[in-house]
Amino acid sequence: MTAPAKDIAVEVRDLDIVLNTPGGSRKVIVEDISFAVPKGEVLALIGESGSGKTTIALALMGYSRFGADITANCLRVGDLHIDRLSQSELPTVRGRRISYIAQSAASAFNPSRTIMSQVIEPLLVHGLADRKTAEEKAVALFSALALPSPETIGSRYPHQVSGGQLQRVMAAMALITEPELVILDEPTTALDVTTQVEVLKTIKSALKQSGATAIYVSHDLAVVAQVADRIVVLKDGHLCEDGAVGKILHDPDSDYTRSLLTAVQPQQRPDAEAAPDNVLTVGSVDAGYGRIKAGKPAIPVLRDVSFSIRRGAALGVIGESGSGKSTLARVIAGLLPATSGEIRLGDTLLAPAMARRTREQLRRVQIVFQHADTALNPSHSVEEILTRPLAFYYGMKGAEARARVDELLDLTRLPKDIVKRRSSELSGGQKQRVNLARALAANPDVLICDEVTSALDTVVAAAVLDLIDNLRRDLGIATIFISHDISTARAFCDDLLVLYAGRLVELASRDRFASETQHPYTRLLVESVPELDTGWLARKSALAPPSLSGQGASSDTLCPFLSRCPVAIGGVCDTLPPPRQEQAGQIVICHREWNQLSIDPLRTGS
Amino acid sequence: MTSRLYSFVRALSASGRVGLGFVTFWLLIAIFAPIIAPYSIGEFVDRTVFSGWSNAYWLGTDFLGRDVLSRLMWGARYTVLLALGAAILAVTIGTSLALFAAIRGGWIDEVLSRIMDTLISMPSKILALVLVAAFGSSLTLLLAIAAFTYVPGNFRIARALAMNLIALDFVQVARARGEGTAYIAWREVLPNMIHPLLADMGLRFVFIVLLLSGLSFLGLGVQPPYADLGSLVRENVSGLTEGALAIIAPAIAIATLTVGANLLIDALKPGGKA
Repeated sequence: MTAPAKDIAVEVRDLDIVLNTPGGSRKVIVEDISFAVPKGEVLALIGESGSGKTTIALALMGYSRFGADITANCLRVGDLHIDRLSQSELPTVRGRRISYIAQSAASAFNPSRTIMSQVIEPLLVHGLADRKTAEEKAVALFSALALPSPETIGSRYPHQVSGGQLQRVMAAMALITEPELVILDEPTTALDVTTQVEVLKTIKSALKQSGATAIYVSHDLAVVAQVADRIVVLKDGHLCEDGAVGKILHDPDSDYTRSLLTAVQPQQRPDAEAAPDNVLTVGSVDAGYGRIKAGKPAIPVLRDVSFSIRRGAALGVIGESGSGKSTLARVIAGLLPATSGEIRLGDTLLAPAMARRTREQLRRVQIVFQHADTALNPSHSVEEILTRPLAFYYGMKGAEARARVDELLDLTRLPKDIVKRRSSELSGGQKQRVNLARALAANPDVLICDEVTSALDTVVAAAVLDLIDNLRRDLGIATIFISHDISTARAFCDDLLVLYAGRLVELASRDRFASETQHPYTRLLVESVPELDTGWLARKSALAPPSLSGQGASSDTLCPFLSRCPVAIGGVCDTLPPPRQEQAGQIVICHREWNQLSIDPLRTGS
Repeated sequence: MTSRLYSFVRALSASGRVGLGFVTFWLLIAIFAPIIAPYSIGEFVDRTVFSGWSNAYWLGTDFLGRDVLSRLMWGARYTVLLALGAAILAVTIGTSLALFAAIRGGWIDEVLSRIMDTLISMPSKILALVLVAAFGSSLTLLLAIAAFTYVPGNFRIARALAMNLIALDFVQVARARGEGTAYIAWREVLPNMIHPLLADMGLRFVFIVLLLSGLSFLGLGVQPPYADLGSLVRENVSGLTEGALAIIAPAIAIATLTVGANLLIDALKPGGKA
């Protein structure tokens, strides 16, 4: 399989990991896994949650969660046979010859110690260097990873740097001992797209420089395409396919890999038939958290957001974390009263606070929350969850309610026998369907879906999306689809709204959105979405402007994107509020002239 | 039902089963005392005081020549039922107020929490002493005092539990639907905190047993000829030098009841899926 000339840095043959439960039964987590990684290459382990990808990666460090048994014919890293090491020898290997980069840097760092003390810890623990040389080494790595002010960043605490920076700091910690093998466990999954690009870029080049072999665990094929040389596809603890990146992406052997590939590239849905009447109109809404003084909240989040949505249409709300997407959902539902502006349902003006809306008005706007795990009461059965809105809004009871529950289960394609189950006995996809069915029970006019698919695996998420799409067409429900996933939102929605730092920067139909005319922030967002193409990151690196990170927007009146904008006009953007420009139904809030918006500043600049 | 009970007992640790044994034992005695006690509570049965055990009087006689076994059974009845009643009352009031405060939030929460803080800051035994001294002892008053003393502690715990739960999305969903405070408290929040609350009620029960025994020992508890376990210890204290069963038996009863209840509570796992 691999070129014989290269020496193999990591070799795994017939790896089984079995969990022995106290009851005496054996649960096989992974079975019969074999692969090899040549020195200096990056191998990606791809699979959905529960496929065993993290378990395999951790086994290479001789570690198993929940005390499972690791058995293999060969589990070798360099000249180390991990499976033959004793418990007392393993700590001398971990962090020194094999290091690990975890998914969530925020929870992997000790918040009460400085970054420097934690980054050099592996060197000190293994007695590889004294403090002074260790710190010099760390500073060199910080600059290699393009961290701002590498000389002084070490004296900060983990909460004083951004999420993307912290992830790079963790990479520095992993690379500082010059390990033979680096294990990266979903290092960019928790990051925003624009940050992800930077982190991917720097980690990739740092890996190249250090010459380490790497195992990259991820569920995201497009991300993996940028960094990996080989891909191993896993399903339910079994090896599904193993091959070079190009082969897996363009000519996969297994059906499962093909289904993963199709799920990554969402199918464009046709536009809904245009119904002329607006179901929901949001006008100049401001909202925020904290004490309200003189009509303004202490921590303003949303400012001057306006849009409307037609019956049966889908509006995508996109933006990075902290842009106010979920706050917008809460404001429309009335959970967080808007401090100013108006929300109209049809022709009626809704009270800002939920408590003053009528039950009928509440019924017509329903929210589906992101985390189905916490959105379903763990002590209620599916039946209780679904019958409550029926009783509450329609006074339905007994046989009538049961018939409607059956109908809802059919609608969301859930099996009938789950009605007695509680949420802990449902799969992730089923939970989200129950969550959706509960909202549909109210027969709403407006359905707000807040990141409903981001906690789900790609294939399951695609199925849930299909379902929502069909429902809104069949039942004529106006859908507000909140997402950080631009490609999904673009495929799924008729109109798209881009939020940045709580302000609307662009509102456009799907066609206009796909055109060249874009707000500079929209352009940055769209271009940051990785494509299923191995050369994508390299092309981006050539074009990308120098480090663009952090949420700007300190001023109330100026453009929120000013501090990150690569094409800000000096003397104009930093003195005047950006004008609202409208053409062919597309709204862009920017100082640049309409005809300039269609020019990609980065391409022409280079 | 039987199988659930069986699996519940199976899931308990060894010490938990010991605790369950003691608690069940005393609970049965408390319930059936009027039927199984050989004599009535104030009956003088013998001229000998502090007699040792015999076939007629299994635990001997007390300082007035009454049957200790009968008085112990009646005493356990008073102590257990009074403490159980007070514990249930305290938890019901404390939890209801806590749910109301947590769900309403704002100034309601603020006012209720500060009132509870004020009550917590008063030493409960002294407060109980003052109240009993002022109003004279009666069963109703004892029940009320014992319950009142432990409301603030339960309020604190229940409020903390409820605060964690109402931050979860399913409560937001219920709110967005337009549900009222009562539905959210009763149907959404309470079922998810019932297990830690039961454990808390067990602890309160133990505290109340000790409080009542303490009051009775000072002569402020259940009044003669009736007696709870604490007053049994007090009235027979002169028998201590002779090592009379009349004082040892009720002391052991208090110890086994409280230790047993504690063992049982400890064995109930946090989260409660025992």
